[in-house]
Amino acid sequence: MPSGRTASPALETWRAALRAAPAMLRIGVAETVAYRAEFVVWMLTTTLPLIMLGLWTSVASEAPFARFSEREFVAYYLGALIVRNLTSSWVVWQLNEEIRRGMLSFRLLRPVHPFFTYAASHISAVPLRSLVAIPFALVLLFSSAREILVTDPLLLVVLAFSLLGAWLVTFFVMVMIGSVGLFVDKSVAVFDVYFGIFAVMSGYLVPLALLPGWAREIAAWLPFRFMLAFPVELAIGEYSKPGLGAAAALRDLAIQWGWVVLIIGSAVAVWRAGIRRYEAFGS
Amino acid sequence: MSSLARYARLFGVQVRASAVTSMQYRVDFMVEGAMSFYWLGWNLVPLLILYNQRETVAGWDFPSALVVIAWFTSLRGLIEGAINPSLLGVVEKIRTGEFDYLLLKPADAQFLVSTARFEPWKVIDIVGGVGLAAIAFVMLGRAPAASDVALCALLLFAAALVLYSIWILIICASFWVVRLDNLIHLFNAVFDAARWPVAIFRGIWRILFTFVIPLALMTTFPAMAVLGTLDAKSVAFGLGGALLFAAASRAIWRRAIRSYTSASS
Repeated sequence: MPSGRTASPALETWRAALRAAPAMLRIGVAETVAYRAEFVVWMLTTTLPLIMLGLWTSVASEAPFARFSEREFVAYYLGALIVRNLTSSWVVWQLNEEIRRGMLSFRLLRPVHPFFTYAASHISAVPLRSLVAIPFALVLLFSSAREILVTDPLLLVVLAFSLLGAWLVTFFVMVMIGSVGLFVDKSVAVFDVYFGIFAVMSGYLVPLALLPGWAREIAAWLPFRFMLAFPVELAIGEYSKPGLGAAAALRDLAIQWGWVVLIIGSAVAVWRAGIRRYEAFGS
Repeated sequence: MSSLARYARLFGVQVRASAVTSMQYRVDFMVEGAMSFYWLGWNLVPLLILYNQRETVAGWDFPSALVVIAWFTSLRGLIEGAINPSLLGVVEKIRTGEFDYLLLKPADAQFLVSTARFEPWKVIDIVGGVGLAAIAFVMLGRAPAASDVALCALLLFAAALVLYSIWILIICASFWVVRLDNLIHLFNAVFDAARWPVAIFRGIWRILFTFVIPLALMTTFPAMAVLGTLDAKSVAFGLGGALLFAAASRAIWRRAIRSYTSASS
């Protein structure tokens, strides 16, 4: 166990991570390229937005559904697919596998904190993931949905930050669930429960606007919205409508980054407590 | 006939072995059971949202669409309980080379791999599906005709056969390209669309789910059968297609097994 890491100030952790960053990213890219076929198949498994797209556009072709016309559904689900593609995280499975097979011990021995090595492997997958996202983005840009996309420069800046925020919230929620695996064997079941709630409350299954009022009220208070619906709604021009606007977008961005701070804090806490236990029964 | 009896006995042994293994993990039963009901409820969310605003969608009213979801739930229970575990095991065995020992055993290899593992807990899904169907028929205010139920059972058999054949084809493919468990995840993701009556989809989705991946055959047709709205032509098409598919996959399996060259060579 690298006891030096916990004893030394946080600054040292960051310095080590930054020094190792180029190498870690290079390895990450090499890994994704080496398993490219597997990687693409994995990405293709995110079919839920496409199925939903097929479903709701058919429904909306009969008559608009709760202010959503076909065009809005196309924009929404393609947007959701792209955001999900760019921000998704598989650290739960990585952690689960490494805990089960004891490989986590090796990772802990490295001078760089595991959070950074996991994050590096995720970030280096983004170029290949964007390759998959680009065709969908093109469809979005050349379909009738183009007309409602956001064009306001300030909102585009907010969109960029909201994507980063969504990535951070998603990654650290997954780290938190993965760390639960240090306490119980069934952290994948915990993930299943989480995913069910996430899918409904983040707007992944259906746009939040379609939920009944009370459920929308709950969703507004939970972090899930900021992992998907918030950037998507920004992108498809929901915030450009009268009554919301830039002020509302900035307010929601502030709330999102509040969640970012809170969730990173809790993930670190769960991880630390878990690692203490892990050492106890590993020896 | 004696060989049939031998296989029946072998089947019994394999099921018992799986049951004994599962009994060791009783907590799993609780977790699996709770998760089954969780996903059962989750499945209903988009359906409830949709029918909250519409009386019918593409000719399907709420109870009829509920029958499709009921079918979907039961069939998924069947896949995850009786088909997936065995076949995921084969992919692993091919990778590690353990599959060679299985080929040496004095019984049909396809039979052995297909019955290697069952997850009895998945029965909860099947029960849940039947429960949903019962609720749907209470809402409809009538009971399904006995002949419709029989037809529905026949189509369930066809659906299971098609699913099983798809799995066998995936395994055949993994004789040549080793890691294919990802294809299984891909299939599961696409199978998710089967929870909707296929008529709700249009255009490219409809073609995809009817002919390319026969989701219509798996859930929509049996649901229509039990509702008494399926025509004879569709029944013939469904059953004939399923048998043809199964025969083709068996033929491909036999051919593939002959060219199997083990993991190390």
